Amino acid sequence: MVLSAADKTNVKGVFAKIGGQAEEYGADALARMFATYPQTKTYFPHFDLSPGSAQVKGHGKKVAAALVEAVNNIDDIAGALSKLSDLHAQKLRVDPVNFKLLGQCFLVVVAIRNPAALTPEVHASLDKFLCAVGTVLTAKYR
Amino acid sequence: MTLTQAEKAAVVAIWAKVAPQIDAIGAESLERLFFTYPQTKTYFPHFDLSHSSPQLRGHGSKVMNAIGEAVKNLDDLRGALVKLSELHAYILRVDPVNFKLLSHCILCSLAAHYPKDFTPEAHAAWDKFLSSVSSVLTEKYR
Repeated sequence: MVLSAADKTNVKGVFAKIGGQAEEYGADALARMFATYPQTKTYFPHFDLSPGSAQVKGHGKKVAAALVEAVNNIDDIAGALSKLSDLHAQKLRVDPVNFKLLGQCFLVVVAIRNPAALTPEVHASLDKFLCAVGTVLTAKYR
Repeated sequence: MTLTQAEKAAVVAIWAKVAPQIDAIGAESLERLFFTYPQTKTYFPHFDLSHSSPQLRGHGSKVMNAIGEAVKNLDDLRGALVKLSELHAYILRVDPVNFKLLSHCILCSLAAHYPKDFTPEAHAAWDKFLSSVSSVLTEKYR
């Protein structure tokens, strides 16, 4: 899947609007994912997953930072996330289907917090971007 | 997802065995697909899908010939399948989930016909290969 120039513009635009709140978006997306898709909790037996958990907030920050990194290197997402790709392949081994779920939740968070920004075109671009990130993170699984 | 040298060799080796029977394997794979996943018939309202229908056989050949092209061009799947990629994106628009289903049926047919050759390594290589082909064929959807 290749991001068009328009896609890249759209994604950068959305993240510019999100700005410094990316961490909250990340935490919110995770919380929603655990609530809506309880099976995803399987990867976090060591976490407190209750509402407002500091661990979820902390992890949301990590996820958001990675997404911002990808946006800032949108012409070479594979390069930018290479270490994360290794981590997911060799240690975490999160089933690929879950990346779609988290991506969906992130989109929902953007929709809620930035409804005007999420036009159909931007929605499509953001979804493509999140799919591309998921693909990179699972590229080295086998 | 890239194929290692060993995986490429496994793909080529199995293909060499399959080559004399690709029409039969193709028809059988499609038959399995339509039987096990009846929703896939939606794309063929114009076909006679009964066992040993000439249309089934003809289409099975088309599919397997395309796969054969891919086998010959393992280092450049995108280039080899560019026209098919466009066909699927702009005209056929087969839902991406169906590629997994057909791939699975092809694997089953291969395993049924070549039990001794279909080692775990060969299985993994073919699954990766068919996943890559499916990715290329759905790449231009959006």
